Amino acid sequence: MTTVETRLTEFADNNEKPVGYGRMLRKEDPRLIRGQGNFVDDVQLPGMLHLAILRSPVAHARIKSIDTTAAAALEGVVAIVTGADLAEKGLAWMPTLSNDVQAVLATDKVRFQGQEVAFAIAKSRYIARDAIELINVDYEILSPVVDVRKALDPDAALIRDDLKDKTDNHCFDWETGDAAATQVVFDNADVVVTQEIIYPRVHPAPMETCGAVALFDAVEGQLTLWSTTQAPHAHRTVYALVSGLPEHKIRVIAPDIGGGFGNKVPIYPGYVCAIVAALVTGKPVKWMEDRSENLMSTGFARDYIMNGEIAATKDGKILAVRTHVLADHGAFNGTAAPIKYPAGFFGVFTGSYDLEAAYCSMTAVYTNKAPGGVAYACSFRITEAVYLIERMVDCLAYDLKMDPAELRLKNFIKPEQFPYTTKTGWVYDSGEYERGMRLAMELAGYDELRKEQEERRARGELMGIGISFFTEAVGAGPRKDMDILGLGMADGCELRIHPTGKAVLRLSVKSQGQGHETTFAQIVAEEIGIPPSDIQVLEGDTDNTPFGLGTYGSRSTPVSGAAAALVARKVRDKAQIIASGMLEVSVADLEWEKGSFHVKGDPTKSVTIQEIAFKSYGAGDLPEGIEGGLEAQICYNPSNLTYPFGAYICVVDIDPGTAVVKVRRFIAVDDCGTRINEMIIEGQVHGGLTDGVGMALMEMIAFDEDGNCLGASLMDYLIPTALEVPDWETGHTVTPSPHHPIGAKGIGESATVGSPPAIVNAVVDALKPFGIRHADMPLTPSRVWETMQGRHVPSI
Amino acid sequence: MQVSINVNGNQVNEEIEDRTLLVHFLRDQLLLRGTHWGCDTSNCGTCVVWMDGEPVKSCTVLAAMADGHEIRTVEGLEQNGQLDPVQQGFMECHGLQCGFCTPGMMMTARALLDRNPDPSEEEIREAISGQICRCTGYATIVRSIRWAAVHEASTKQGSNS
Repeated sequence: MTTVETRLTEFADNNEKPVGYGRMLRKEDPRLIRGQGNFVDDVQLPGMLHLAILRSPVAHARIKSIDTTAAAALEGVVAIVTGADLAEKGLAWMPTLSNDVQAVLATDKVRFQGQEVAFAIAKSRYIARDAIELINVDYEILSPVVDVRKALDPDAALIRDDLKDKTDNHCFDWETGDAAATQVVFDNADVVVTQEIIYPRVHPAPMETCGAVALFDAVEGQLTLWSTTQAPHAHRTVYALVSGLPEHKIRVIAPDIGGGFGNKVPIYPGYVCAIVAALVTGKPVKWMEDRSENLMSTGFARDYIMNGEIAATKDGKILAVRTHVLADHGAFNGTAAPIKYPAGFFGVFTGSYDLEAAYCSMTAVYTNKAPGGVAYACSFRITEAVYLIERMVDCLAYDLKMDPAELRLKNFIKPEQFPYTTKTGWVYDSGEYERGMRLAMELAGYDELRKEQEERRARGELMGIGISFFTEAVGAGPRKDMDILGLGMADGCELRIHPTGKAVLRLSVKSQGQGHETTFAQIVAEEIGIPPSDIQVLEGDTDNTPFGLGTYGSRSTPVSGAAAALVARKVRDKAQIIASGMLEVSVADLEWEKGSFHVKGDPTKSVTIQEIAFKSYGAGDLPEGIEGGLEAQICYNPSNLTYPFGAYICVVDIDPGTAVVKVRRFIAVDDCGTRINEMIIEGQVHGGLTDGVGMALMEMIAFDEDGNCLGASLMDYLIPTALEVPDWETGHTVTPSPHHPIGAKGIGESATVGSPPAIVNAVVDALKPFGIRHADMPLTPSRVWETMQGRHVPSI
Repeated sequence: MQVSINVNGNQVNEEIEDRTLLVHFLRDQLLLRGTHWGCDTSNCGTCVVWMDGEPVKSCTVLAAMADGHEIRTVEGLEQNGQLDPVQQGFMECHGLQCGFCTPGMMMTARALLDRNPDPSEEEIREAISGQICRCTGYATIVRSIRWAAVHEASTKQGSNS
């Protein structure tokens, strides 16, 4: 089935579509368009105090002393807390999601600009800010390690002297694939292309910054934490392990979240500070970071220098890919990645192509920069992997003088090869790559665009056409391979049908805007025939939802979506037994038609799911062995990831006088398997494409030689507005996942992953007359101009 | 200091600290928490409200400056239980995802439509270009505002005939 979306002119009404998949308006919107959402900063509790964090102004320094006298004396200040105070409680350090440790408040040294040094608790936001200005810290400045390429030099300053026996800034080594086999293929290849490719450090910068409100009931020993978290259950477990509070006495609530994009996966020192403050003062305490704090200290993304090599025959059969990556992990390894995958899922750098061999080696290092490393809608480093392969394929096309679309079409994994095991061991579940590519070319009018480009070039105009084709790997686990801090990646789900046939579904994941309340109601509605409007979806409260690992890496639909479908089927199975009693026939004699069971061959003898629900709680006996009530719970452990894919084509024009890049058109054909809500899927794609424009053309968290963060405000860290992006043109194909109960794959990050190479490939294509084969992101006017002058320098 | 401000048609008289930003006055003191705060530099526009009919970034206005003026916030969009067409448009066209930038976007959209009832896509993009949305990619916001424009035009036509 191949369908093409057109611009929507009519809108279906929820009420007209009682069950099932399709466009449906969102259940979360009525509160949000009235300004009645409930975000963390909206939480106000009686007697609530405010917390502000003093951060290091320098990248690397020893703390000689901290004088809090003046701050503590300020009227309205309740307490000032330093690292030494936390050390007394054993709370100065906390584990990161990569089994490293990170300082909650610095005790010995500061290791990046923006690191947490002390905090003030005060009666108002403003007084808390005033107080931290009065804290006097005496720093002994140390030489900062800023240039990642020099981090392992023998004379580089040692950053992590807190780690026992640590003598250098080495973080970890990692490899995947077969080095020897790859070497053989490279040795015998007609053509080998090498290119250094940089994915600069960027930041997710959700519109809502991170924050928390902590409330501690000393009598009950109960901690309640409202926080900006994408993974409330995982956070609760970590808080229990760190603080020693029993897990059943900790309740984490993630209310409405104002965008996450991975930024709200890690546990930040600020959350722990808020908890400590509530314990110390006995009062509720709110911490909300400001934008500079968000950009300077919370989970960054990317920061990979990739040396790419691609081997091919002279007629364009790609044989092998090899890369060495230098990864900058900042001062603490805060990457949220399964233990077995320190580089996330970068192993899918073999892309969508049928290769003979592949190999990657990676060296990760510490630098005096903020920790993080996996955030920003990247599906665990797949953004970097896709950028590498899709840039390398274009470099190969350039050297072979081949059309980049033709080169890709020649090398795709064929539909009959699925499930396809890559040379790095990933098992792609399903794909029809050529179909997606051809649809994108058709929607773009690819041949006409190339003709237009030729004409424009003859007139001295700079028009570029860029292609990328990506394969994503989303929906982690299975739990045997994947975990966060030892917690297996599986997700629980509970469905309860009330006596009157209304339902409540409880999820372990947590939306940050993806529309779970709608999509998950639709999944259950499709399975059990209750209208989505009658299904309440609850998530983000650890006291009221089953355990699971949360929302990131596009895992909600692949994992929790499967859980929701399966729990609904479990309820339906029980409903069938109850129906057999009601209709006095055997279970095998019943047929299901959305919403009711009827006797085979006699549709007039039927009972609706609502009638069955009432019966399940009602008077009278149920079939033997059947307990009362109509509810079920499961924990879904995925057997494999799902592998969505897509073909993207970008058209840019570059002003030859100013080097400003204008994205004229962007055509995105996505395949996420079974489509649940067209409207929400389209929205996910649009958002990701805009992220791509940001990263390709505007966004970068840069540092000066002293380690000062140069992207510490939205004046300096540029995010696309409505003027920088075109009206997106989307299409789709549907290749269901064979192992997912409803055939769905993830979609949340596809466009963020797939769009940057399309845009960069378009810009480089526009610059072809200058003999340019590669240029590094972000392709700002100055970088493009320098490239046109033959003075391109790497961005890191 | 004392301020007297008309907020969504209600006169409020409040004692404030001199330096209180309008966004904090609205959120923390009046508990009108639909107006959000997203940056320190007046770039993001999640805090947009109206002052005397003009959209302003309430993080860059002192509450004291609003003394004697009229403020309208997202909570004042719905009138007599009737959603503003802009609110309806955002729902119909998926103009929001996380909903954090949405109140500011809708206030700007309402002001635009009051000035220009039939804005082009370019005019809409220009009008919201001082605001950032991280979720939607803007196309659906543009469609939402166009929906409101078309809907309002047809309603007006209906009432004229």
